[in-house]
Amino acid sequence: MIRDNRLTKEQYDRNFSDIHPPFETRDAALVDANRCLFCYDAPCTKSCPTGIDVPKFIKQIATDDIKGSARTIFLSNIMGGGCSRVCPVEKLCEGACVYNLMEEEPIPIARLQRYSTDRAMQGKWPLFVRKPSGGHRVAVIGAGPAGLSAAHVLSREGVDVTIFEKEEKGGGLMTYGVAAYKVTPEYCAEELDYILSLGGITVQYGAELGKDLPLEQLREEYDAVFLAFGVGLARRLDIPGEELNGVVDALRFIYSIRADGFPSVPVGDKVAVIGMGMTAIDAATQARRLGAGEVTLLYRRTEEEMPCTKAELEIARLDGCRIYWLAAPCEVIGSDGRVTQLRCEKMELGPPDASGRRAPCPTGETFAMDVDMVIKATGQMPFEQMVDAGGLSHHGGKIETTGLHGITSLPGVFAGGDCVNGGKEVVDAVQAGKLSAAAILSYLQTV
Amino acid sequence: MASLHTNYLGITSPNPFWLASAPPTDKKINVLRAFEAGWGGVVWKTLGSQIKNVSSRYSAVDYHGSRVMGLNNIELISDRPLELNLREIRECIRLFPDRAMIVSLMADNDRDSWHELIRKVEDTGAHGLELNFGCPHGMTERGMGAAVGQDPVIARLVTEWVMEVATIPVITKLTPNVHSVVPTGRAAVEAGSQGLSLINTIQSVTGVDLDTFIPNPNVGGKSTFGGYCGPAVKPIALKMLTTIAQDSITSKVPISGIGGISTWKDAAEFMLLGSTTVQVCTAVMKHGFRIIDGLCEGLSNWMDEKGFNRTTDFIGRSVPTLTHWEDLDLNYHIVARIDPDKCIHCGLCYIACEDASHQSISLTPGHPYNTYAIKEDECVGCNLCKLVCPVDGCITMVEQRVGPEYLNWKEFQQRGLPLNDH
Repeated sequence: MIRDNRLTKEQYDRNFSDIHPPFETRDAALVDANRCLFCYDAPCTKSCPTGIDVPKFIKQIATDDIKGSARTIFLSNIMGGGCSRVCPVEKLCEGACVYNLMEEEPIPIARLQRYSTDRAMQGKWPLFVRKPSGGHRVAVIGAGPAGLSAAHVLSREGVDVTIFEKEEKGGGLMTYGVAAYKVTPEYCAEELDYILSLGGITVQYGAELGKDLPLEQLREEYDAVFLAFGVGLARRLDIPGEELNGVVDALRFIYSIRADGFPSVPVGDKVAVIGMGMTAIDAATQARRLGAGEVTLLYRRTEEEMPCTKAELEIARLDGCRIYWLAAPCEVIGSDGRVTQLRCEKMELGPPDASGRRAPCPTGETFAMDVDMVIKATGQMPFEQMVDAGGLSHHGGKIETTGLHGITSLPGVFAGGDCVNGGKEVVDAVQAGKLSAAAILSYLQTV
Repeated sequence: MASLHTNYLGITSPNPFWLASAPPTDKKINVLRAFEAGWGGVVWKTLGSQIKNVSSRYSAVDYHGSRVMGLNNIELISDRPLELNLREIRECIRLFPDRAMIVSLMADNDRDSWHELIRKVEDTGAHGLELNFGCPHGMTERGMGAAVGQDPVIARLVTEWVMEVATIPVITKLTPNVHSVVPTGRAAVEAGSQGLSLINTIQSVTGVDLDTFIPNPNVGGKSTFGGYCGPAVKPIALKMLTTIAQDSITSKVPISGIGGISTWKDAAEFMLLGSTTVQVCTAVMKHGFRIIDGLCEGLSNWMDEKGFNRTTDFIGRSVPTLTHWEDLDLNYHIVARIDPDKCIHCGLCYIACEDASHQSISLTPGHPYNTYAIKEDECVGCNLCKLVCPVDGCITMVEQRVGPEYLNWKEFQQRGLPLNDH
């Protein structure tokens, strides 16, 4: 049965407490900061999509220059605070830490990054000063990581930025699509305020590209436009029974946990989660933490090919989630309009597909499991119709750009983040925003 | 198992570890605890002139997360009544007759004061006297401590006064706050001092508080130069010790080595450079008397490993290997070698060599790990890469002699061999 209010307040609080608690004291941070070897051309920095100078910011912590440390982080990644909570660091900076090669624990880079950025945000330190306005105006579509990152760089350089956001809150997937035990809604709001405190950036909420805002009009009213609207539509399973009561979209489920409060979010007794990306894990673990009796993750390939990190998988396992590898859903079975079973087909691995990973191939053998809730986490689709209507070149809805700087087929229109790459990490979007901002600044010199 | 039993001028102790004259040795309660813990001997905190101490008294230098790499103090000699000290010294000797009891002295600057003090101290049954010619603060303004040790003429005079009445061995403690410790060391030995100990603390300012702008330690808004000690001063102490161990006059007397000794390894190094006993203070001030177990066990295990039965088997053994620069072999050449299996690609060797040495390491870019290799033709064998490498045994220095024979600077010049070729 799907129902809400399964746990006591204490149980909710315990289940959704910070999964990566911060350093309690300066001394604790210093123990780890002083372990850092201060590598040259450091592998951690090279493994960070935004290229944060990790050895430098850690050295600044170790020498009591927290302000300098926070600035070093934010200069490369204005969402360095959020990223310290949500980045899959085990495959990025911490995964590259040379201590791994000594079979030693890597430096807890994310935790140290959080140490600095938390202090900067709590103290509302004005680490950046905006250049006087030069009269240029840029429209940014989407107040997610890519849009905010670009807006911050542009505003620093004296560009007046207007962000158009279709939701009622900024932050994008950081605000809407991440497990609550990684980053709280309150934190996302504070991070947004901190970014906007630079000045020169106006956000118009509830304004959607295409619907309220034709791209043509924006191109006329602004000197340049940066598209950073992400991806949005949940990919359909396209199997019978998908419309039954109890089949939900993972992002919507995660969002309701963040927006409505834990007791108000209904969850089943037996939940199946389809997919093995970060969103699938966030949905599965939170379903358990909301009190679901049994949660099963289903993935059509194997652990070798899964998109989530081993650390994420471990969280799911520790939360008691079951995992079925090589299983693809083929029918949701219901009774009285409600989900009762999920029928799956067993798969086997064939030759590599376009992604380079071995492709799942049907075996014809099926099995059914009793479930009362199915959470779909098989990725999101680009806004193909909107992109097409805007007259942009694209690949199946993913905006086509040349080079790394988000230059689109339309003059003065730039794009970056998930709407270009189809959906990657927050840190990738921040970098895309930075690179596009640089291209926009060059472009503005020419108009 | 090796014996740590030590004989210094006839003063015996079960091990060569003495506690230096300092707060840990200023009263019976401490000294008895030290002896119970196993310390071989103590040098009782300096007795003599009447003084008054300030608050605060210590400050320290921390390094890279480690506390008290160096310690600075502005405390003076014992501020307890002389008669109380003498009574307690007598009791400690009675309770632990097998331990060395040396008493540090600093009398007012006249012959009678020295004579009177020595007679009183000898009456306790103490085994030896250590003359404090080294305290660098507070007492110097009154013509005592380092003011004596910094002037060989005065040091000789005071030592002569001491030797007129002393009947037990006299050790003169030298100050490092001089260009060379040898002149005062010679003066003391020539005046009859039977032993030398060094170093006393080094004048220092450990730092300035960046909020108050007042240097450490802060005494009501002011500070003063203090005496620096602890691990940071060890290399300076070893150098000064060697000069005493190599001098024709001072090397005739046994040395008690002092200066940053914290581990058995430090002690072994001091002994290899000529110390018969070693004195410890800062390490105890940080960790307490309990460290004596590790000191004794470590030294004894090392001696067993090296085949030394007693400490005299190796005391001074390294002294002849410290020579003048011009006697070094110019045909000896080494080059660095990086073990690729051990390398963790931190790049520390590369950047050190590139920015600060001879640009002898190549970088092959990789993601995320670069590969580093030695350019053997460019390598001058300076050791820098090996020193900064965080992995033990990853960088080794391999011998590649330039010529088979020993070739010193004098010979090199005579042969007219090429200069400035690297």
